[in-house]
Amino acid sequence: MNDRIIFEDVSKFYGEVLGVNQISLSIPPGITTLVGPNGSGKTTIMNLMTGLVQPSNGHISVLGLAPADQTELFSILGYCTQFDFFPRGLTGWQFVLDSLMLHGMEKAMAVDLAQQAIERVQLGDAAWRKIAGYSKGMRQKIRLAQAIAHHPRVLVLDEPLNGLDPMARAESIALFEELSRQGMHVLISSHILDEVDRISDRVILMTGGYLIAEGNIHQVRQEVHEKPMQVLIRCDRPEVLASKMFAINHCVEARLHADGKGVFLRTGDIDQFYSMLNGIAADGLVKIDAVAPADDDANAIYEYLIGKDGSPS
Amino acid sequence: MQLGSRAREIVQQPWGLWWMQAQRLTRIELRRNLFSWKATWIYCLAFIPAVIIFIHLLADSHPGFQMSEDTNILAGIVQLYYIRLGVFFGCLGIFSRLIRGEMIERSLHFYLLSPVRREVLLLAKFAAGSISAVFLFGSAVVADFALMYAGFGAAGRDYIFNGPGMGQLEAYLLIIVLACLGYGAVFLLLSMMFKNPTPAAMLVLGWETINPVLPSLLQKISVASYLRHLMPVTVGAEGIFALLTVETEPVSAWAATVGLLVLIAVVLTYSCLRIRTLEIRYSTE
Repeated sequence: MNDRIIFEDVSKFYGEVLGVNQISLSIPPGITTLVGPNGSGKTTIMNLMTGLVQPSNGHISVLGLAPADQTELFSILGYCTQFDFFPRGLTGWQFVLDSLMLHGMEKAMAVDLAQQAIERVQLGDAAWRKIAGYSKGMRQKIRLAQAIAHHPRVLVLDEPLNGLDPMARAESIALFEELSRQGMHVLISSHILDEVDRISDRVILMTGGYLIAEGNIHQVRQEVHEKPMQVLIRCDRPEVLASKMFAINHCVEARLHADGKGVFLRTGDIDQFYSMLNGIAADGLVKIDAVAPADDDANAIYEYLIGKDGSPS
Repeated sequence: MQLGSRAREIVQQPWGLWWMQAQRLTRIELRRNLFSWKATWIYCLAFIPAVIIFIHLLADSHPGFQMSEDTNILAGIVQLYYIRLGVFFGCLGIFSRLIRGEMIERSLHFYLLSPVRREVLLLAKFAAGSISAVFLFGSAVVADFALMYAGFGAAGRDYIFNGPGMGQLEAYLLIIVLACLGYGAVFLLLSMMFKNPTPAAMLVLGWETINPVLPSLLQKISVASYLRHLMPVTVGAEGIFALLTVETEPVSAWAATVGLLVLIAVVLTYSCLRIRTLEIRYSTE
């Protein structure tokens, strides 16, 4: 069994409507984020890999298993969908326990795992109440508990932070990071880009059913050559640094930081930019405290590649 | 050689796990099917004849000579009410909920995302639906039978325990079991094929009604046609109702039972094939 999620030239059409087109991916363990506007194909990708929809073309394998191998696949995969609906009349506890019992395990073990999962998502005593009375955040938590209860190796999360308050979001993100550190595949789709940016090992950018870019977020940013990169330089004399950079005709934009102790510079050639910055620092003209890319986050890349409104810029 | 390896492959399948999963799924479904407010109308459908017979028991006297008339009425209730209406619509309600109902409620994906083969899921749901329907309509027929002969006192008890009564009850229960399984399999399939299975069910009802006058081969594609041959008492219907009871070709009881079981097996096999490619697209529901 290999350790990758593989899509080979996968397309999905819903009648005449395109779901995704000719997607090829090879996803290693870690946190992978699917980013794209509504209708870009993120949920279709997740549904394809879990067999909820069938591909029109191409092949999919999840750690060597086909989506049709339900017994084996769902022993190692948990999917927290974005469908906010549950089987009628169940308490949170029953929902998680019923799901574990279908794995064929002994009741004592299922009870133990259900307990662990509910504690992990910090649902507390609410687990004994009917799901129908839950808030949106609690419903999200119980779905997450059900998805992780059997200790899967692949966790698929469709908009998992929706409806969670800031505290619960932070707890969920910490949980995803912990699961990823344990060697798990965590595949997340989310439109809360800042949070995604912080936890992702790699991103998959999609729009209109097409794959736009894929890989480590910094690599993806460097591949966007036509968009000048923005760098924040913390220094004692930001205006001097800005004028120096403009003098050597290398920057296309400069903007002072609000606190006056730094400058955002935009450059078309990041490698040369850094070497010149080193020269300026060596001359002692400006005392540089810190240098950091200011736009190689998912948000910026998303805007560059897909556009604010979802259409490629 | 190839046949041998195929047989070995079949034997090596995790039958124990599938059996356990099917049992657990059936329990979950039963919990939801039998004890649900939404099922109230099906309880009414099943027990309306019992209520009417109970009123008849209280209101009318039961002279001994009337027993054969009541026996015919009971046979008519089973053949004309339960098979044609009660079990038919009850099974439509129970079995179309199993898959389509969960798609409408948008909760089917939880089952499709569990480590259970879809065929096992379908058969477990079918088993749960069948148990619910048989429990409901079986107990209704037993109640009808008991109430029908209760008014006759010792003569009624003698008819049941020393006469043909018990054999008739067993035949009625066999008919109810087969009717639930047969209509259940058909409606489970229809609910996977159509977003709203009711119009298709009405076509089935029409087909079942005109089936006795169709050619012999077409009569075999019908649930009620097999059940007619199992009736312990011939129903002497008149007018339009005669169409529902006509027997064009005599068939032995065991042949009718096996024939219907084969029909159920064919429908379930096709349903298993369909569920393998079932897609979750709630937005189109």
